[in-house]
Amino acid sequence: MSESNRTPSRPLPRLDEPDTGEFWRKTKDKVLGYQHCDDCGTIVFYPRRHCTGCLGSNLTWQASAGEGTIYTFSVVRQSYHPFFRSLVPYAVAWIDLDEGPRILSNITGVEDPGTLEVGQRVTLTWEEHDEVCIPLFRPARE
Amino acid sequence: MATQARDAAIVGIHEYPLRDVEGRVSPLQIKAESAAAALADAGLTWSDVDAIYDAGEGGGMGGLTIAEYFGLKPNVIDTTNVGGSSYEYHAAHAKRDIAAGKARVALLTYGSTAHSNVQRIGAGGRGGGVHPADNMESFTGMTLIANYAMVARRHMSQYGTTSEQLAEISVATRAHAMRNPQAVKAMQDLEFLDIRETTVADVVGSRMVADPLHLLECCMISDGGGAVVIAAPEVARDCAKTPVWILGSGEATKYPENGGDITVSAAAQSAPQAFGEAGVTPAELDIAMIYDSFSITVLALLEDLGFCPKGEGGAWVEGGRLRFDNPAGPALNTDGGGLSSNHPGMRGIFLLIEAARQLRGESTSQVAGARLAVAHGNGGMLGSRHCAGTVILGRD
Repeated sequence: MSESNRTPSRPLPRLDEPDTGEFWRKTKDKVLGYQHCDDCGTIVFYPRRHCTGCLGSNLTWQASAGEGTIYTFSVVRQSYHPFFRSLVPYAVAWIDLDEGPRILSNITGVEDPGTLEVGQRVTLTWEEHDEVCIPLFRPARE
Repeated sequence: MATQARDAAIVGIHEYPLRDVEGRVSPLQIKAESAAAALADAGLTWSDVDAIYDAGEGGGMGGLTIAEYFGLKPNVIDTTNVGGSSYEYHAAHAKRDIAAGKARVALLTYGSTAHSNVQRIGAGGRGGGVHPADNMESFTGMTLIANYAMVARRHMSQYGTTSEQLAEISVATRAHAMRNPQAVKAMQDLEFLDIRETTVADVVGSRMVADPLHLLECCMISDGGGAVVIAAPEVARDCAKTPVWILGSGEATKYPENGGDITVSAAAQSAPQAFGEAGVTPAELDIAMIYDSFSITVLALLEDLGFCPKGEGGAWVEGGRLRFDNPAGPALNTDGGGLSSNHPGMRGIFLLIEAARQLRGESTSQVAGARLAVAHGNGGMLGSRHCAGTVILGRD
């Protein structure tokens, strides 16, 4: 908000959203968190205050190692959003983290996102902003 | 068939004819004009209506606003809003309320000026909403089309489905649109280029919007609306048109889950309820009115509705099986669908309207002797969170 230039920027998450704010506050320290229910073992993601597997709310935060697999993806070639239109073509993907959570993110660090493949291994990479870091993924080294 | 309950029937329909109102008509006005036309179609009038079903797209305080606007004091108000599937839910709820004796004549309406408003339904980025799921996803720039494209990509990877197979859905739908003057005018008014029947090569040769979906696999963004009147048997018997009975319905929800299968939609849960209640199987259906936001939507829903086993939809739709003049399969979206006739944002009401036309014998791509139809709405987004509404319709 303090920026006076008009360069469009990535829409950033709200840090005060009641359920997911804690996830984003952790990213400041480059921690990709997810919740584990200590009563029933359910992995809760997106983050919530209650367990979706049992009636409890005995959730503890764990940190993902940031390794995962592309479950599916698309290459966006047309967008009307002021920031994303400057980014096309770019890849959006559902990624299955090795610990279980399925997270929506972008795949970066590829010259032609059209060459990505379902099942490809990817690694977490952080995009730094003032109050938050955005978890993006890039193809894992062989 | 004799054991099927005939608790309620569609007795009046109207599809608002314009797709570009040039900002001169409001959604509420489209709803009211369509309501009057559908009531006239049934041989009924405003004062016969005692139940309103409304998704609230006209603004204001949902059911209260619309009741006053119509000048009605209904006994039943249902403001279920599950996106484009709202109208299948409304039809199911109307049947339930009529069967329970709470209502005799139910009115469903829809109005939208999405085109005039230049709503970027498909390629717009999602705003930074405060719903927790939005707060986790809006940083990615996932467009609505990319959301569906990810289902297509996974379907291809998991089952070997090809773009050529998906294109069959666009081709069959366009063939039906070219027979429907209202659809042809829609494409003209929305400035489609090269308005004609298409081929598989045309579709896969069109511009890629979000891999693997091409332009001709995406629905239009039109203005539009319509209305449906549903009545109790004792009313339906005296109406002007052949009653189209609501034989069964099902509702379901789907959302992203860790380890879930994105290729399976909520239809896999709603369809068994609907077919079970109706006592029919997919193979018996003449007409498949299936929400065609994109080609992949139809492919996934055909499978989940049970027309073919999961993953085999690609091969199943080949060879023009879905054309109205091909008896090997159900006729798909014989009005021209959202792909080529009418998509103002929530298309579900048109699925009911065209299914009713077919069962009355009034379609521009009429299937001779059509007796059974399914209207399946998918509201929300196929690749993340959506609601499914399945309605089975039949005539005597």
